Amino acid sequence: MTAARKKIMVVNRKPPHGSIYALESLEIVLIASAFGQDVSVVFLDDGVFQLAKSQNTRGLETKNFSSTYRALEDYEVKTLLVEQESLSVRGLTAADLLLPVEIVSAAELAIRMTQQDMILSS
Amino acid sequence: MKFAVLVNEGPYTHQASDTAYHFTRAALEKGHEVTRVFFYHDGVLNATGLATPPKDDRDVTKRWSALAQQYKLDMVACIAAAQRRGIVDAEGASRVGLDTDNLAPWFRISGLGQLIDAMLAADRVMVFGD
Amino acid sequence: MLHTVNKSPLERNVFESCLRHADATAVIVLIEDGVYGAMKGTAFSPRLEQALQTVRIYALAPDIEARGIRDKIADGVTLLDYGGFVDLVTQHAPVMAWL
Repeated sequence: MTAARKKIMVVNRKPPHGSIYALESLEIVLIASAFGQDVSVVFLDDGVFQLAKSQNTRGLETKNFSSTYRALEDYEVKTLLVEQESLSVRGLTAADLLLPVEIVSAAELAIRMTQQDMILSS
Repeated sequence: MKFAVLVNEGPYTHQASDTAYHFTRAALEKGHEVTRVFFYHDGVLNATGLATPPKDDRDVTKRWSALAQQYKLDMVACIAAAQRRGIVDAEGASRVGLDTDNLAPWFRISGLGQLIDAMLAADRVMVFGD
Repeated sequence: MLHTVNKSPLERNVFESCLRHADATAVIVLIEDGVYGAMKGTAFSPRLEQALQTVRIYALAPDIEARGIRDKIADGVTLLDYGGFVDLVTQHAPVMAWL
């Protein structure tokens, strides 16, 4: 008998490139999904910048991993949540993001958090 | 209750490893089970066997090793994060042609799947970071 | 659910962000530099007082003692040792670490 899937939420609050958390957090998302769990990925506060379009890291000579977000769906990660308020205070809209996501209010996100079995953050 | 513990930062620079240690020790002393302590991001630096901190301060790595020895705690450093940051066991060293390894006692290096495994076996996951 | 906050509200917006996502059943544990958020008499204290109306806020005593702010902690914040922290976590799920 296989165990029931756990609801695992991975929360991203930090922007990309200034630190490694965005990149290495993606690895956790992929692995958790490979284990067949019910994974949702949240972009909150400066984490919304991870999904900004047109990232070009050539001048930094670092890896541009932003296309990996578009591949998440291929890995069965279908729940990508972006907080509305986090976008608004940063002058961003859905049109600024590199892929379609579910935009939720802070209140809705708070509810979703309480529904998880486990939450990971970095 | 069963806890999985995730340590996201290395020793000394941030308090994360200290807090994780104190939480883990308190949980074990209360008779709870800790399914695994997983070290990710700079947390893998807790697993260095080469540190010689000043004698008038705590030895973060040795303290983790002692706790693991006392409670048979499984402590895993993520292999991808470890390779990136230069924490390597004997097998990993020989695999990439390094002439030395530096993993501290009671730590082992393994994949990120061990974090997920530990979480699935636990009731709570505690994350300590920056 | 239980939230941990480990940075001062005057350095980062982590505590504020946590409060925006904490409902009336939430429990918040201030740890490490987060214990500065438990102080009275700071620019953040009115926000703390407001939060204490709806959520339970705890702070790690060892972190408070280390920082020499034991006599500056707002009434209404409950102090915990690591054992108490473990106990609290057994009573609430899930746990979110606001980093």
